[in-house]
Amino acid sequence: MVEPALRLDRLSVDYRAGGRNRAVLRDVSFEIARGEAYGLVGESGCGKSTVALTVVRYLPRNGRITGGAVTLDGADVMRLGPQALKDLRAKDVSMVYQDPGKALNPSLKVGRQLVEVFEVVGVPLAEREARALEMLKKVRIADPGSVMQRYPHQLSGGMQQRVAIAMALANDPTMLILDEPTTGLDATVEAEVLDLITDLRRELGTSVLFISHNLAVVAKMCDRVGVLYAGMLVEEGPTREIFGSPRHPYTISLLRCLPRGGQRKDRRRLDTIPGFLPTAGMLMPGCPFAERCALADNLCRTEVPKLRAVCGRLVRCHYSDRAVDLPRNTPADVVMPKPTMGGAPVLRVSNLSKTYGQGSHAIRAVADVSLSLLPGETLGLVGESGSGKTTLARMLLGLVPPDLGGTIELDGNPLAASLDRRRDEEVKAVQIVFQNPDSALNRSHSVSRIIGRALRRLGGFRGADLSSRLNALVAAVRLTPRHLALRPRQLSGGLKQRVAIARSFAGDPRIVVCDEPTSALDVSVQAAILNLLAELQAARAVSYVFISHDLGIVRYLSDRIAVLYLGRIMEMGPSERVFEGPNHPYTEALLSAVPNLDGTRNTRIRLSGEIPSAANPPSGCPFQSRCPRKIGAICEISEPPLTEAEPGHVIRCHIPAADLERLQREYKAGARNVEAGQEIETAVIDASHQY
Amino acid sequence: MTGFAAAAAPSRRQEVFTALSRSGAFLTGLTIVLFWVVCALFGRDLVPYDPLGEDILNALGQPSAEHWFGTDQIGRDIFSRVIVGSRDILTVAPLATILATVVGTVLGLLTGYFRGIIDDIASRLIEATMAIPGVIVSLLAIVALGTSETTVIIVIGLSFGPGIARTVRSAVLSERELDYVAAAKLRHENSAHIMFVEILPNILPPILVESTVRLGYAIFAVATLSFIGFGLQPPSPDWGLSISNNYSMISGGYWWTVLFDALAIATLVVGINLTADALQEALDG
Amino acid sequence: MNRFLARRFAFSLVTLFVLSLIVFFLGQILPGNVGRTILGPLADQQAVDALNHQLGVDRPLLVQYGAWIWPFLQGDMGQSYIYRSPVAAFVVPALGHSLKLAAVGFLLVVPLGILGGVVAALKVNRPLDRVISLGGLSATVLPEFVSGIVLILIFGIWLRWLPIDAAWPDGAGPLIQLYYLVLPAMTLVLGLFGYIARMARAGMIEALDSDYTRTAVLKGLPWRLVIWRHVLRNALLPTITVIASQTGYLIGGLLVVETLFRYQGIGSLIFNAAKAKDFPMLQACVLIIGITYAVATLLADLLYSFLNPRIQMGDGQ
Repeated sequence: MVEPALRLDRLSVDYRAGGRNRAVLRDVSFEIARGEAYGLVGESGCGKSTVALTVVRYLPRNGRITGGAVTLDGADVMRLGPQALKDLRAKDVSMVYQDPGKALNPSLKVGRQLVEVFEVVGVPLAEREARALEMLKKVRIADPGSVMQRYPHQLSGGMQQRVAIAMALANDPTMLILDEPTTGLDATVEAEVLDLITDLRRELGTSVLFISHNLAVVAKMCDRVGVLYAGMLVEEGPTREIFGSPRHPYTISLLRCLPRGGQRKDRRRLDTIPGFLPTAGMLMPGCPFAERCALADNLCRTEVPKLRAVCGRLVRCHYSDRAVDLPRNTPADVVMPKPTMGGAPVLRVSNLSKTYGQGSHAIRAVADVSLSLLPGETLGLVGESGSGKTTLARMLLGLVPPDLGGTIELDGNPLAASLDRRRDEEVKAVQIVFQNPDSALNRSHSVSRIIGRALRRLGGFRGADLSSRLNALVAAVRLTPRHLALRPRQLSGGLKQRVAIARSFAGDPRIVVCDEPTSALDVSVQAAILNLLAELQAARAVSYVFISHDLGIVRYLSDRIAVLYLGRIMEMGPSERVFEGPNHPYTEALLSAVPNLDGTRNTRIRLSGEIPSAANPPSGCPFQSRCPRKIGAICEISEPPLTEAEPGHVIRCHIPAADLERLQREYKAGARNVEAGQEIETAVIDASHQY
Repeated sequence: MTGFAAAAAPSRRQEVFTALSRSGAFLTGLTIVLFWVVCALFGRDLVPYDPLGEDILNALGQPSAEHWFGTDQIGRDIFSRVIVGSRDILTVAPLATILATVVGTVLGLLTGYFRGIIDDIASRLIEATMAIPGVIVSLLAIVALGTSETTVIIVIGLSFGPGIARTVRSAVLSERELDYVAAAKLRHENSAHIMFVEILPNILPPILVESTVRLGYAIFAVATLSFIGFGLQPPSPDWGLSISNNYSMISGGYWWTVLFDALAIATLVVGINLTADALQEALDG
Repeated sequence: MNRFLARRFAFSLVTLFVLSLIVFFLGQILPGNVGRTILGPLADQQAVDALNHQLGVDRPLLVQYGAWIWPFLQGDMGQSYIYRSPVAAFVVPALGHSLKLAAVGFLLVVPLGILGGVVAALKVNRPLDRVISLGGLSATVLPEFVSGIVLILIFGIWLRWLPIDAAWPDGAGPLIQLYYLVLPAMTLVLGLFGYIARMARAGMIEALDSDYTRTAVLKGLPWRLVIWRHVLRNALLPTITVIASQTGYLIGGLLVVETLFRYQGIGSLIFNAAKAKDFPMLQACVLIIGITYAVATLLADLLYSFLNPRIQMGDGQ
């Protein structure tokens, strides 16, 4: 039998914190064959990164291996002497991690850092430079000579990650560890980096350990996948089996938390997982998931299940045979009344712009945006970093004054640009749920003070009235009175976000801006928050401006979607129209960049070039510098107007909508033919019929 | 469903308290400081001799069973003087620190929160006063205003204010970017509410650390001013003053006339700084 | 890079201007009447007025400020009340003396402090780290006259190794001068060692825990190279700024150290001027110290921007 590239054998790791040892990994075993890509998924704190750090023997000072063994390329990593360990790191295993800006040394030129990799393995001085250039070409850096001469901070995030990948693969290692390599990158950039990794792996035959919280990314990249929960491997097997027909209650619940297959708020609700993620080192005598599992009984709480082979995969569950029928925690078919949308718009924005700085340093964050919002409607704002979506939201709130010339109207009446000049009625009508509850909640105030103050100021309640309202609001966001006395840091992320939501609803707002309200949360918590937002909207006919980079979530919650690029609306229309097309070429690229959970490769549209800076946007159409459908000089000369493709669906492109539709249909059909020729069957898993 | 983890997380205060009670540096520092506080409060009633009582016949006596730390050039008992000598400096320095903390906190909150022209001017002023060493600024001001305990308190308080203001300002600058401040604005709260009710409680930990550190500096400064004759004035048994009066005699071998006062100052400042250091570690961690 | 430095330079100028205003107006609140103070209570009122007029202290404040600062900038620092002769003649040589003492202290403490911090960081939380950190902290927080007295007692009185006066005999060569400067310089070293070591240690620990250090280790680089190429430079950058900001402290320390060791520098000049309420002298000294500090911080910024590529390229802040 061929020796696997990596084997973990009953690995256990402790971290010492707060004066005691906390188990982070417990009895983790798996193998990665040569040339195989293995994905490790799990939510925050489950021990994913600890696995990676243990393999390269780089645990933090307070970390300790308490049992088991790691065998890399036949070598027992724990028993290597210092020189052998250095050799192993230099030749056999490499690691790429999140935030490439930090992974590269800020005070050394890129070239120097890259050349070092060859120095370590004794490449002659004269050859190092050429090898480095060759490596940069391999990661598709267009101008390797000049990149070598630059410092990391002069490169974009995507470029930095390419450089990091170039360093990692320079000595053709047996094993490449990727720890959240694309987290924090924009969708189109992420897609490029993932493509690059796929191609290089095919070329070099490197084994990959791919660690991510993003199930869809792992589904796209990996042959096999392991699911970690509370430091234990709970399920492991071929990717398609695990994501297509999971057998562990945790995996099943996790997948049900994600909106899939065009799921929408008014048709099916997301399932949720009750309770909380266990914190590292929490003492659990039985199955770690027992506290949150609908199937759990006494046996589960007292005895850790063994990893057993079931239906072509390994499952750590006493009742894996029953897991397929795991009852939902939130009924799917609770039909929410479709809010009555219609009548006069509650919000109307015309020609809103925002310019930061002056003269040659001026940055046009938002350019000439006009839109309207009906009562009870959700408008999704989609865009990558620098698209101006947050600035736009802050202008609506009055936190950032727009440039002169734009107007905001609330219920047909002009709304002052600055918060100070808005009347109390107007201020309470437009509220926000921020992205990060740790920043949004005052950490020295208790929950009751945070919500109570909002009720007093925005709702005008006093005395007994105030406390009855407080209780009602707290119940409405599914908090209990026990939480009232606690401070934010004593609550989990999901509970904190509920407090923030309660606060924004204190004055019965007309419009709530949701600025990436779930992006700081784990998947199992996210679903509950999305359900809550949908419920509150149905009950109160509030309008949402919903900002997110996650297209699946936007699709689930939004009635209409606006796609922003460099501060401009490129496309806007009813949610389903935007997802089905015809699309602006940018939207098309954005949609195709998102990996699917079913692991089928999308008809990827590759964008060339980097996202331009808003300080220096391209002439003409802002997207022309990256546009794969650019038709010629006209795109560079004049910025196209927003033209109506169908009623209510506008696209900012020189190509007529009918032509766009034809081109895109042809492209999809062509790509599908190519795909059918490859080994991939499009076994599309329809979420709605599976669960 | 809103289960177990919620109540399990300990409050911040408990955590800090636990960390402090486990810190050897903190306990040592605090013990030293408390010792001198007790001496300052009750020293007069505990010491064997009158710290001001002259006894020319026993001048410059070596440390002995009667005079543990010896006697000075006019025969005063050095042990009694060292114990009671904590009193004036532990009055002046803490008062100056409180003044500096109040001035610095208000100044830091205002400049950090409002930014703009006021901030620019105040920052220049702060930087200018910090460009010259505190002892020299204080000296300049004391020469101009005349020497007295009140002057020393005011001058040190005001000259330390800018340093605290700078710390507070930078804390406010990062706080004001947090979304809870935006949330308060979206409730139409006024600036005073945002500064003092929303922001201030969150920056109390750095203020606490900063003022503890400044208390150490204040003792440093008062002792130094006394040593060069511009701080506490005779007949105070103050340590710096005593060293100033006696150090010309150390070449004659009368080491005990300065050593014990020096050690007293040393233990007090080191004690305070150990406390401040441990406090910072506990509040950061 | 040039823009960054031009900005820093403008900042320094504004700071010095504000400082000169503070120094000048503090001089104005000197209680009583300058002429009366100098001539004493028994002098004739006419003589007092005449002296006041001669000194120019009866003119409007702004005129007085202009009349003080303008010649000052051209090297004329005014007349000492006490010596009745130009201040510059005292200040310039005194500054030279002080710089000599400060230079000896600096040359000793900077390498020692950095070394101490680096060693402590590499042995973090081990006994050696505790000794360096706690010892350094304790020495740093002591007033100079306290650590100076202790040094004098140990090395001057008990061991009799070193002179306790810094006044060397006339015509002494550099080595002899150095011998006399050891104790005062050691006092300054004690005051700064802990501070620099602490900064260097903090910078090192941060750099050691950074992702780029992990990258370097996982490349398989030898530990020595990791430290030398990747850790040190990033770790010590902030320390440079700290060292520069400590020149002010160093000069404050000089005031006491020079008094304690009877050394004829700017510190003892300030001390004597303060005792005699010689305000022109005091103002000149304080302003000179401010200028010295400004120059030191500028030099540090220059060095910092030279070592930090982000500033060098002019596109970082």
